[in-house]
Amino acid sequence: MTVSLRRDAPPAGQDAGRGRGPSSQPCSVRILNQIRKGGLPYLFLLPALLLELLIHFVPMFFGILISFKQLTLFFIRNWQGAPWAGLGNYRIAVDVNGAIGSALLHSFLVTCGFTVLAVGFSWLFGTVAAILTQDSFRGRAALRTIFLTPFALPVYASVIIWSFMFQYNNGLVNDLLHNVLGITSKPSFWLLGHNSFFALVIISVWRNWPFAFLCVMAGLQGIPRELYEASAIDGAGIWQQIRRITMPSLRAVNQVLVLVLFLWTFNDFTTPYVLFGASAPSPADVISVHIYQASFITWNFGEGSAMSVLMLIFLLLVTAVYLTVTSRRRKNA
Amino acid sequence: MRRRHRGLNAPPLSFIWTRRIVLTALTIFALVPVYVMISSSLKPLQDVTGTFRWIPSPITLSPYHDIWYTVPLARYFMNSLIVSASAAALSVAVAIFAAYAVSRYGFRGKRIFTVAVLSTQMFPGILFALPLFLIFVSIGNATGIALYGSRGGLIITYLTFSLPFAIWMLSSYFESVPQALDEAALVDGCGPVRALFRVVIPSAMPGIVAVTIYAFMTAWGEVLFASVMTNNTTRTLAVGLADYSTQNNVYWNQIMAASLVVSVPVVAGFLLMQRYLVTGLTSGAVK
Amino acid sequence: MRMIRVSAIAAAATTLLTLTACGGGTSTGPGGNSSSNSITYWASNQGASLQADYSVLNPELAKFKQQTGITVHLQVIGWADLLNRILAATTTGQGPDVVNIGNTWSASLQATGAFLPFTGSTFNQVGGESKFLTSALGSTGAAGKPPTAVPLYSLAYALYYNKAMFKAAGIASPPATWSELVADGKRLTHGSQYGLAVEGASIPENIHNVFILSKQNGASFFDSAGNPTFTTAGNVAAVQQWVNFMGADHIVNPGDAQYDQNQSLSDFAKGKAAMLLWQAAGTALKADGMASGAYGVAPVPVESGTPSSSNPDSMVAGINLAVFKDSKNQAAALKFVKFMTSQAESAKLNGEYGSIPPVTSALTATPAANQEQTVLRNVLSSSAVALPQVPKESQFETVVGTAVKNLFADAASGKPVSAATVKQQLSSAQQQMGS
Repeated sequence: MTVSLRRDAPPAGQDAGRGRGPSSQPCSVRILNQIRKGGLPYLFLLPALLLELLIHFVPMFFGILISFKQLTLFFIRNWQGAPWAGLGNYRIAVDVNGAIGSALLHSFLVTCGFTVLAVGFSWLFGTVAAILTQDSFRGRAALRTIFLTPFALPVYASVIIWSFMFQYNNGLVNDLLHNVLGITSKPSFWLLGHNSFFALVIISVWRNWPFAFLCVMAGLQGIPRELYEASAIDGAGIWQQIRRITMPSLRAVNQVLVLVLFLWTFNDFTTPYVLFGASAPSPADVISVHIYQASFITWNFGEGSAMSVLMLIFLLLVTAVYLTVTSRRRKNA
Repeated sequence: MRRRHRGLNAPPLSFIWTRRIVLTALTIFALVPVYVMISSSLKPLQDVTGTFRWIPSPITLSPYHDIWYTVPLARYFMNSLIVSASAAALSVAVAIFAAYAVSRYGFRGKRIFTVAVLSTQMFPGILFALPLFLIFVSIGNATGIALYGSRGGLIITYLTFSLPFAIWMLSSYFESVPQALDEAALVDGCGPVRALFRVVIPSAMPGIVAVTIYAFMTAWGEVLFASVMTNNTTRTLAVGLADYSTQNNVYWNQIMAASLVVSVPVVAGFLLMQRYLVTGLTSGAVK
Repeated sequence: MRMIRVSAIAAAATTLLTLTACGGGTSTGPGGNSSSNSITYWASNQGASLQADYSVLNPELAKFKQQTGITVHLQVIGWADLLNRILAATTTGQGPDVVNIGNTWSASLQATGAFLPFTGSTFNQVGGESKFLTSALGSTGAAGKPPTAVPLYSLAYALYYNKAMFKAAGIASPPATWSELVADGKRLTHGSQYGLAVEGASIPENIHNVFILSKQNGASFFDSAGNPTFTTAGNVAAVQQWVNFMGADHIVNPGDAQYDQNQSLSDFAKGKAAMLLWQAAGTALKADGMASGAYGVAPVPVESGTPSSSNPDSMVAGINLAVFKDSKNQAAALKFVKFMTSQAESAKLNGEYGSIPPVTSALTATPAANQEQTVLRNVLSSSAVALPQVPKESQFETVVGTAVKNLFADAASGKPVSAATVKQQLSSAQQQMGS
């Protein structure tokens, strides 16, 4: 490993003045320190790197390999022996005129819509709740705990409960909308047709917004109170403070948070799987279940892997663009 | 006199009312399913899927008794606790060092490292599940360390699931700790590690707590890998709850009761953690 | 200063050590017994709970040990995980010696080559092919190949009807044909009560019922070469007939279109529906609070005539027992299979689980426990047929089951379900079967 003594451009001016300590020391000690210090970051990274290598990168390499194979049930016992498929699996997956390709494209678009809505609302609810509970008031601790509860409950049971609530005859949602409030003229199907999409979004938001709340709440603690006090002296009201101090200070946290939520939601398998089983209704046929069906149900792991690789490429692209854009904005801000 | 609100002035009425309305709405949204869960857990089985009633009429506590016998819930709970707590603790420990390196040092390959680690979060589980099982089995055959089916294997797997974001989130929390603080410590003669432990970690405590909760919950709720990588002695709750759904019957009321019972310690943990979530910069900034 | 740096390195190293230690420390591997006198057995969940299964099976395993000296390590695995774990065991080679499989998985698992085929000599080691019921053997793998497993527990479909409702509607006997079922259903449907309850969003339930209707039409979902033939007139008619119980005949509650968690069973138990088509529903109905005297059991209706193997009224449902090829102790594994399918054990275990013994001698030696058992036994031995025994069976279930589920959704929202829409759904299902 080569170590540069030159540093990257220090982000946000954090690096100024490093090395002041060593500079007051004799030359030989300083060189020794430089080497140690140069190696130190790598040492810090080593455990993380080794673990990621073992659990993610090596299996991933094989996963990608499999996507070029005809790994059907006839070969899973001896997957190395499966015949090569070349780009065959990919060709089927991207052939939007074929049954499999067009279903995949549909599922992909559904997932994009689902992800945008679910992440948007999760982030919104979490941020609003965190900002509104920033000041202390009576019952704040209780509220914080209540808000975190959906996150603590096991996914399986939570989704089951929602599916009970969305039942046609016996569900709470129809009871509330139809019998109590009289908003709908007749009960609706929530787990069939277009409503199933919104049912999925609602459950996903319910499960994930507490996490957004948690992160933003932690992020808010890092804002120095002096900033607020100074702006209050300048006559800024609370709304202005939120706009001018709170939101800009949350940028770093938000950048990570939105990406976490995005990837979670996009890859979420458990929620749609428990809600709909192996075959989701077409308007809510999100890609994770779709791929599960393409590989585990039909036992065609080669094709499932090819679809997964396509999805991986998409996610990498989105993340790259997202990071470039948000980092530039953060720097400009 | 404690002064907790941001400015010097009390917030205006418009803010207070917005707060009341919005927080009430969110409370209802968060709690209604929890309420349904509680009421379902108190119903006799034949009533659970029956017509919805806001107040269940025959109430029974027997599900809370039966949950321990239908399924070895206590064992599943212990497994989940051991696996999730170990994975979270190790993940945060590994991530703290990595995040410290990323946030405080410039070094060659930094960008590649962060991007590569982050990209692992995008790997669809389905894509590397089978290869991972194969690798664990071959490690087991070669070294005799049984990862496949053991809690150890699960812990390692889960810790890497939360690691990428733990590193990233922590480095952004670390970045928000003013550099001047740990520089002051370095000047005082602390080494980087001591500066990390004395200054950076205490200052970033809310972030660390949030990340710990994240790592814990990632492991707590994972289903796909647990379903294959556990046997009946190492089974975790997330998959074990499905055991209430049997060939002939699905014990809905027991599923709900069990979920509530196992969530109580988790919520209690959140409550305890809250203390650390709201202290932070203030306590960290002073020596 | 220097000490601190060193301690940093040590800290990082400790982290690593903890990790490796962790990997080795708490491990108990699955399966994999190399000792010649013990085997691992993965049992599927059959009883009221996994714990109940242990208490049913363990005494029998003790008996087996007494007879043969072979220890059986038992793991009962829930249905949510069983197939995934079998697939993982197949891929990694790390699995049990003996395993229970759903009998509809037989042909697919057979294609993987993971299991020991029951050739003539293998069959002889477990007591010979002739000891099993012919219909049950039909669901143990592709025709013309040695079976991949042997039948362990068998089940069949029956019509469950609410006696009081039938009496109130003045219907003397349960329907024997589908047109009678529709006519009776219409008389039984009023207010919040419906004639029939179905599990409209459940893939297996839809498949099992549509399959039988298709068989009664003389149709088939696969041709003799194993290629899908979903869109034949007989299949379209079968699917349309099944969905139209809701869409056109209105004897099924539209809300049933969302059911996939046995809600139809509990609707029947609670008197919201007068009829139900189910396999051995007795235990579940009891748990849902319905007394066994409150319902009657009859064979599933047919289009016309009487049920027979050429005019079947049920699929062969049940569990098979298979031996992993990777087993290091095949002789012991086969001894265990022989034991589990012996007359005494077959009678005992099937009795415990309320299923039907697929071992002929066990079936004839023990009298049926109740009317339900009498009907089910009769159906299984005379008029039940196996689902298609093709490697793509699970894919067929998924795509056709989904098509039926979608059609139910149309029917529920009031859209007419014409032969053309059914054909279109089935043809897109067939396209998804790929090459």
